[in-house]
Amino acid sequence: MPPLLEVTNLSTEFRTGLGTVPAVDGISYTVDRGETVAIVGESGSGKTASALALLRLIPDPPGRISGGRVLFNGRDLLRLSDAEMREVRGGDIGMVFQEPMTSLNPVLTIGRQITETLEQHRGADRITAHHRAIELLGLVGIADPLRRLKQYPHQLSGGMRQRIMIAIAIACDPKLIIADEPTTALDVTIQAQILELMKSLTRRLDAALIVITHNLGVVARYANRVNVMYAGRIVESGPAQAVYHHPGHPYTMALLRSVPRLDRPRQARLDPIAGQPPDLTRLDGGCAFRPRCRFAVEACARRRPAMAPTRAAGHFAACLRSDEIAVATEVAV
Amino acid sequence: MNAVATANTDRPPLLEVRGLRMHFPITEGVLIGRKLGEVKAVDGVDFAIRRGETLGLVGESGCGKTTTGRCILRLERPTAGEVRFNGVDILALEGRELLALRRRIQVIFQDPYSSLNPRMKVGEIIAEPIRVHGIERDAARRARRVGELLSVCGLDPKFADRYPHEMSGGQRQRVGIARALALEPEFIVCDEAVSALDVSIQAQIINLLEGLREQFNLTYLFIAHDLSVVRHLCQRVAVMYLGRIVELAASDELFDNPLHPYTQALLAAVPVPDPEVEGRRGFRPLAGEVPSPINPPPGCVFHPRCPMAVADCQRTRPELREIRPGHWVACSQVDPPAWREAFAQSSVGRKDGKIPVVSS
Repeated sequence: MPPLLEVTNLSTEFRTGLGTVPAVDGISYTVDRGETVAIVGESGSGKTASALALLRLIPDPPGRISGGRVLFNGRDLLRLSDAEMREVRGGDIGMVFQEPMTSLNPVLTIGRQITETLEQHRGADRITAHHRAIELLGLVGIADPLRRLKQYPHQLSGGMRQRIMIAIAIACDPKLIIADEPTTALDVTIQAQILELMKSLTRRLDAALIVITHNLGVVARYANRVNVMYAGRIVESGPAQAVYHHPGHPYTMALLRSVPRLDRPRQARLDPIAGQPPDLTRLDGGCAFRPRCRFAVEACARRRPAMAPTRAAGHFAACLRSDEIAVATEVAV
Repeated sequence: MNAVATANTDRPPLLEVRGLRMHFPITEGVLIGRKLGEVKAVDGVDFAIRRGETLGLVGESGCGKTTTGRCILRLERPTAGEVRFNGVDILALEGRELLALRRRIQVIFQDPYSSLNPRMKVGEIIAEPIRVHGIERDAARRARRVGELLSVCGLDPKFADRYPHEMSGGQRQRVGIARALALEPEFIVCDEAVSALDVSIQAQIINLLEGLREQFNLTYLFIAHDLSVVRHLCQRVAVMYLGRIVELAASDELFDNPLHPYTQALLAAVPVPDPEVEGRRGFRPLAGEVPSPINPPPGCVFHPRCPMAVADCQRTRPELREIRPGHWVACSQVDPPAWREAFAQSSVGRKDGKIPVVSS
């Protein structure tokens, strides 16, 4: 069976006063039905731009999708008409964004925002949509739905607003949900509630989930597979277990080592990644992580390494010295 | 008032906070404000910090941790309570004495983008406190001092000629730290000082803060919501909920043996970056949300969300009690022997989702 989503060589660039920024630089990955795939990376790594590109939501100008193919259920999303694309967004693909206050319409009631989706995509009449909205609020764990439907976003807490976003995202039984930092703005106990809710709903609806985050713990708790992004490219991808236990890219390894962990003894000092993230307008032809990499050799300057298989099945890394690094981490762990 | 929750030691603490309350009035009307109610942002907080120590203050948004820090910095006038610095009640200070105090207590803010003046060069930003306090009137010597401060914070002294927008988030935070150090303070309030930074940069700044603490014998109040960072950096930790401290203990003790149900829930909610460990952890998130500080629940403020609450919790507000040496808990249900037994049996994958931490 072909994967639900197949992204091939997707590229996105932004034109700025300082030059063209290749925010997403030829990334490829797949998502299977019902699977949770994480995209991890730091600010500027291109993780959000890559998700917006899937949905063709890159603001143009200054940005544009400069190449690639996005096969969703056999159709190339990049070739659809604007009207067909509107059908897909909020229909077969649901979206949950980071800041629920800015992604909800402040002058429409919660109820109207949910029923609008249903009327647009499923041609539901007002009464059917209203009943479905009540049902959806129940699904996302909001008590007293009749009262909530009449309220406006500012009358709800941050966690509650994110539940509304999720209700809208699942309103049309999507096959895929894209969640961009869905819990970053929330407190830790609310974050846990929202993540558990998304997990149980995707299972119940048999929907696939792409979760974009910078939080390595969230990935470990929820993702089946992980794509690690750095400077616009996927530098490592594979099953969560393999990526966390035998990272094949020095960046992944350094990232995992730099965070203090609650389940390990306290370290005397943390092991940070030296230097600063790269300026994407000034990338040279070599590996973008090279200036911060403790494994860098001369050959790393010559070309940006392509993704290559590591020893584990389905696990890839874009590093010339991937094999040596895998050995080094086994010794370290 | 209950005893000040401090570890047993002969030396007096550098900072002592007693019965601190900060209630913000909610008013109606433009000229003659009619008071409608109060936001009890901080509602009776006691703690002490020893010289050279880092005390962590953790909790979720709206728990009062930042307001507590602002009261210590004299950026707010508390409704009630005492803040003693080196034995002197700083809330009573005015004029010259207050100015002298400001040299000794400094702050590092969360957002390196909004806490630096975008129209000033980095050198001017760092020199400003030195100039304002009249410490070094000679411009050349001041510039030299700025260069020293920049290199102490891991930046090239040439950065003095740059503007904040020319720097990355991590570099800006280093500038914020250099500015805090400019007056050679004894005590620094770090308010979410590493929260806005990317993971790879966060570790650099944490290491810098630790190094500076040792080099200059600094004392920190480290306000944060990230529990793993707090555990790494702090010797003792206070957990706040809705304006009150619910638990206070040495860092290792708090993370190994959290006694308050809220602390336990917080720890269980933090996902660990290891799929195998996460796969073994059964996990049920805490229900409900933090109630409004305008109208906090009666009795124990945590009782509406507490899995262990009994009828009495709705009536009686629990005081902080010292359950074990140096371990203070505000919960009437914490019974020392029973808890010791429960934790003796703890292992990875407990139903309550707590991770027992291996002590080094």
